[in-house]
Amino acid sequence: MLDYTPKEIKKRSSGTVINPAKTCQPIGAMYAALGIHGCLPHSHGSQGCCSFHRMHLTRHFRDPIMASTSSFTEGASVFGGGANLKTAIKNVFTLYNPDVMAIHTTCLSETIGDDIPATIRQAEIPEGKIVFHANTPSYQGSHITGFSNMTKAMVTYFSEKTTEQPKEQTNLIPGFVNPGDMRELKRIFEAMGLTYIMFPDTSGVVDSPMTGKFEMYPKGGVTIDQLKDTGNSKITLSLGRFSSEAAAEALKKKCKVPFISLKTPIGIKATDDMLMALRGSFAAEVPYELEEERGQLVDVMTDAHFHFHNKKVAIFGDPDIVAGLTEFVLSLGMKPIHILTGTPGGALGSKMYSFEDEINDMLQSAGITANVKADSDLLELHQWIKNQPVDLLIGNTYGKYIAKAEDIPFVRVGFPILDRAIHSYMPIVGYRGAMRLLEMIDNALLDRADRDAADEDFELVM
Amino acid sequence: MAITEKELEELFEKMPKKMEKNRRKHIMIKNGELESQAIEANTRTVPGVITNRGCAYAGCKGVVLGPIKDMIHITHGPIGCAFYTWGARRNKAKTEENVKNFMNYAFSTNMQEKDIVFGGEKKLAAMIDEVVDMFHPNAITISATCPVGLIGDDINAVAKAAQERHGIQVLAFSCEGYKGVSQSAGHHIANNNLMANVIGTGDMEKAPGKYSINILGEYNIGGDSWEIERFLKEIGYNIVCVMTGDGAWEHIRNAHVADLNLVQCHRSINYIAEKIQTKYGTPWLKVNFVGVQSTIKSLRDMATYFDDPELTKKTEEVIERELARVQPVIDQYAKICNNKTAFCFVGGSRGHHYQGLFRELGIETVLAGYEFAHRDDYEGREVIPDIKTDADSKNIPDFQVEPDPSRFHLRMSPEKMEELKQKIPLGDYAGMNLEMKDGDLIVDDLNHFETEEFIKLLQPDIFASGIKDKYVVQKMGIPAKQLHSYDYSGPYAGFNGAVNFARDVSMAFASPTWNYITPPWKTAPLLEGEFGEGGKA
Ligand code: SF4
Ligand code: SF4
Repeated sequence: MLDYTPKEIKKRSSGTVINPAKTCQPIGAMYAALGIHGCLPHSHGSQGCCSFHRMHLTRHFRDPIMASTSSFTEGASVFGGGANLKTAIKNVFTLYNPDVMAIHTTCLSETIGDDIPATIRQAEIPEGKIVFHANTPSYQGSHITGFSNMTKAMVTYFSEKTTEQPKEQTNLIPGFVNPGDMRELKRIFEAMGLTYIMFPDTSGVVDSPMTGKFEMYPKGGVTIDQLKDTGNSKITLSLGRFSSEAAAEALKKKCKVPFISLKTPIGIKATDDMLMALRGSFAAEVPYELEEERGQLVDVMTDAHFHFHNKKVAIFGDPDIVAGLTEFVLSLGMKPIHILTGTPGGALGSKMYSFEDEINDMLQSAGITANVKADSDLLELHQWIKNQPVDLLIGNTYGKYIAKAEDIPFVRVGFPILDRAIHSYMPIVGYRGAMRLLEMIDNALLDRADRDAADEDFELVM
Repeated sequence: MAITEKELEELFEKMPKKMEKNRRKHIMIKNGELESQAIEANTRTVPGVITNRGCAYAGCKGVVLGPIKDMIHITHGPIGCAFYTWGARRNKAKTEENVKNFMNYAFSTNMQEKDIVFGGEKKLAAMIDEVVDMFHPNAITISATCPVGLIGDDINAVAKAAQERHGIQVLAFSCEGYKGVSQSAGHHIANNNLMANVIGTGDMEKAPGKYSINILGEYNIGGDSWEIERFLKEIGYNIVCVMTGDGAWEHIRNAHVADLNLVQCHRSINYIAEKIQTKYGTPWLKVNFVGVQSTIKSLRDMATYFDDPELTKKTEEVIERELARVQPVIDQYAKICNNKTAFCFVGGSRGHHYQGLFRELGIETVLAGYEFAHRDDYEGREVIPDIKTDADSKNIPDFQVEPDPSRFHLRMSPEKMEELKQKIPLGDYAGMNLEMKDGDLIVDDLNHFETEEFIKLLQPDIFASGIKDKYVVQKMGIPAKQLHSYDYSGPYAGFNGAVNFARDVSMAFASPTWNYITPPWKTAPLLEGEFGEGGKA
């Protein structure tokens, strides 16, 4: 397993990637678009991209992921893909009848420089149907950038300010998380007694129930009317700045809706922060239901602290998720010593507060020195681990190679998870999500202790 | 249940005009009474149609090159393409002594905007230097993705310079995703380059022993090739190389010495099979190791080719023993599967290959087709001269080979060859359609719209295709079997594979989970019940 990865770290200056910890923009855009009710994502490029993105999303969610493609051939790549897109729009509405078609671009159409808005204007779109787009060149950013760009396009295309006074409602941008997380966020909002519009909302779309009938457009998803109404909201809550902040900022610019940008609420502290923000903005008291959950979480954290205190952890994945995980393991008394994302680290191109700065600030207050890097790859993470071993690895499925090579307990969190089922239904956000994460971490560590114990040291009670 | 012409007409009528015109040529009801029935294949998918097809890069790097374990496969392009072809296809590979195995690694030049604007050649060259320094591979491939061709990077020049710099082979494949109309273009591009630059570069002059063969178009998904090798080796065959499952550059270089090439997946590798024959004189035999009966037939055809009583005896011994071992097990599973119907829509060979195995379980295939095959895979190689080249097929350069002056030799007299061709599919593939029954549907490049419609019309008991359809079909309450990835099971080839397949398919039918789809309250009347004595309603 990964037998040729050298322990000695030589600087690689080419900017190339060996064993990626990110993928390309369109898959994120496709996922975000699925969070609109009745929407068919459309990949404007050659067939391969669309096929790859559908395959990976399907493997992660184990649910149908429908999307169409402009099916470029060499001709289209020389003369531009406008004609293909027009044909595609026509066929999509005749054959698949979505309410909305969400076009994202690919490396090919971006390199050609196709003018998507112009093509949309010229296309035959049936009455009452909607076509919109986001530019998602994969030679910038990562799948998180693509998610962010498509979410932002929902604002730029649809949000409107139509009421004088803002409505007592929140825009909730959940970021690139699973439908299980989105459901949990909605539950928390409802427990707080708040009215909200969550976008995108993939719950009820990519976790749709088995009914014996295939629904191309399942019940879930934010509606276009709701998206329009986001312009009237009192405030926007952006969760996860890499995946959500661009849309929040666009809403502020377009409709003057102020926003609060918070971490993805993974762990106790980030969930506290979210509830405090809501409490402050709406004078809504935190109900006992949530306070009780919080108390239970602190209870189990304390009960089991000797299982994980001081254990060394390596964490990789998408920046918003990694930031939340890092904060959470710190609150458990663990030591995150390697923290890495494949996504470039400046907040959406700005150099304001980078991924590294954010993580380092957290580590500094905990008094921990660590390897922290954005825009890196799993080869480098593996090399770090070879030089400074860890007790636990947390990340997406691709971490399993390293976990096996170095024989490290491994907790699967993030995107994509291709080798385990059910995860996308289960939240990691909120207090309940934190409890689930804690259980996964704890069990991984204890299973390992059991596996490695000599017979005479094998404990019944731990 | 068979589909009627009228039902098919109604379906066409639901399509937009242009698409209808196109799709009519790709869909047919088998009618054996007609002298020939042409199907259109390997032509463009209409934009907007939800197809299962991928791209040339997927066919080149993903299918053909990816499994070669001792080469480092660099994807030159933005990150996605390399990411998606990392480990997801299940082409298994073992590390051998003196043969490295880079299967757990993915290499991408991770092109950024500035590379698109100013060109990515320098970055590619730098990556080659880094991987040579770090991994010391014997050979490297470079596969181009969509933007590379457009921005004009000369990957051949980069490869050539790197080859000189490092003294190892560096091969460039211009398999940009927009080439051709599907993965098929990529197979061809990969075949050309392997033939031109790898096959025949090894030092071996003679076959390593009697009955030396190469296995072509076998990708070791779920360990298929290992199962095939198990009984081939026992019978006495010497396997020079496999292209490309668990394959090695080290071995493929000596492919020229084998005395016979077996062709499993005709679509993806027939170019190499043909060219080896021209250049080195090695004939190829179409085999099918999927299904017990097809496996037995393939083994007998091979024995017929080598025409040696010893080999024939051993072949029959192995067949007898394996059959006695697996048939009773399969028969048990067949009880669960009997009298059922299947759709079988897979890449470029499995749409055909699995029909026999289904039949052995008592399952009739009522609709079959390929995602990216050509007319010859449907109608047989005799149609090749009639296939029109179009703008899309023309952009895949073909190249001619000549007989190798020192290494070409005939494996038998031309008369003997002709005689054998009457008995076994030597240098020939008769295609899928021949095996289908009158009234069966044959669909090329089946799309989502048609999938839903045909399921409604024919109500199959099982749908064999890929990951993108799987959950669509399952939501309808119909078991779906992935025949690209085998639902992470396998091997499915050979004798043991047939047992595994029978087990998995029966499991799909027998799973109790299907019984819970309808909630009980949907079928029971709502009674205003009172709790009676003893707590019973
Ligand atoms: S990196 Fe570009 S060409 Fe590759 S799959 Fe992603 S969008 Fe397609
Ligand atoms: S079946 Fe399919 S067609 Fe053939 S390459 Fe794939 S894997 Fe081959």
